Amino acid sequence: MAQSILKYLEQNMDTYLQAIGEHLIISLLSLLLAAIIGIPLGILATQNQTLYKWVTTTFNTLRIIPSLAVLIFLIPFVGTGAKPAIIALVVLGIPPILLNTALAFYSIPEFMIETSMAMGMSDFQSFWKVKVPLAVPYMLTGIKTAMVEIIASATLAAYIGGGGVGNIIFTGLGLNRADLLFIGGITVAILSMLANVTMSWLEKYILKYKYANGDTK
Amino acid sequence: MSTAIGFKNVSKHFKGAGYNAVDHVNLSIEHGELITILGSSGCGKTTLLKMINRLYEPDEGRIEFFGEDISSSDPVKFRRKIGYVIQQIGLFPHMTVADNIATVPKILKWSKEKINARIDELLELVGLEPGEFRNRYPAQLSGGQQQRIGLARALAVNPDVMLLDEPFGAIDAINRINLQDELLKIHAASKKTFLFVTHDINEAFKLGTRVLIMDQGNIQQFDTPDNIVENPANDFVRSLIDSVKGQERFIGD
Repeated sequence: MAQSILKYLEQNMDTYLQAIGEHLIISLLSLLLAAIIGIPLGILATQNQTLYKWVTTTFNTLRIIPSLAVLIFLIPFVGTGAKPAIIALVVLGIPPILLNTALAFYSIPEFMIETSMAMGMSDFQSFWKVKVPLAVPYMLTGIKTAMVEIIASATLAAYIGGGGVGNIIFTGLGLNRADLLFIGGITVAILSMLANVTMSWLEKYILKYKYANGDTK
Repeated sequence: MSTAIGFKNVSKHFKGAGYNAVDHVNLSIEHGELITILGSSGCGKTTLLKMINRLYEPDEGRIEFFGEDISSSDPVKFRRKIGYVIQQIGLFPHMTVADNIATVPKILKWSKEKINARIDELLELVGLEPGEFRNRYPAQLSGGQQQRIGLARALAVNPDVMLLDEPFGAIDAINRINLQDELLKIHAASKKTFLFVTHDINEAFKLGTRVLIMDQGNIQQFDTPDNIVENPANDFVRSLIDSVKGQERFIGD
């Protein structure tokens, strides 16, 4: 097994790296789109109580739908390839980002907003200087969750010709080769973990004020 | 002395409440006074305060700020003339002490040198060593230190009026006494108008040049501490004072 893995990597390094590249591009593009859609919608959802409740319930329910179902459902509409894969991954990524953004803005203490207004900040200043920074911790949690889910699910993109590390796994399934399944599986796991570690590091860096204690001299 | 703040027949009603939170209040505060506003929770003291910096708008009547009707001002610019300190402090956790203090000066586009000099000056005023505290985050400070920064931040652009809403309410007794003493010094040095809301009778009588006693949206009495003790205006004020007298006897024994 170990030998056949090494042999595969030796002979197909280009294919392997290309698969990783495709996987990352599909994932990051989906994450970016999910954030572009999810963050503003999440902020809008907190504009009033009823809307917040509705949006939260709706998206929590939507999360039950498996991404594979979305993928197959999309084929008649957008065909095969990377496009339906990205759409499915965006649909998968929006709920955690949207829900966490909504939660983030919803849980900003009222007195913080009041203080910023009382100091003479405009709505614009209060939003960017106070609300957004206070919302960032939860928002990052949402993006992290979405990222890990997207990277793991991007494997399925290969099922409809979207490329990525999933290709290696589906080839392994087709040829009944355990070594390929092993390479594919481990690679996706490593990518997910790396993404998680990167996000945690970013979180620590952005939120350094939370972890600061004692003297900073 | 000029009149800093005037209330002319001001009322404020909140939806669903049986009575007016502030009920046809008339009062006049001279510039340079330190007014303490005393009352139990729900008496309207915070509502009264928040109408001054237009966080609440009165339903009836008029509020004047140095003779000018505040309802004709731009609320955002108007609020920069008023310092605001609250019990929850409300320091921005993602900003250092220096950045917190610099918030309004930055909005007003002060020069960097002027802001830095002001930060050091204010930190010294509130009794914190600038070199040690400038670059700390609020999470690295004790409650008492945080409220000192809260005070410094509110004083940053030398506002004509300071509004303080139970600022020492969540601070331990020893620190609270120190902060009260320092507030008195800061007020004396600044010659500005301070309005200080509290439900602590001792605090109100210790700090106030005049004490405004409120109950159910109405002013019960508004006079110097000595005059209130000597001539309570009504039963409510009398029982309030008696409750403290009892306390003093208890401590005295």
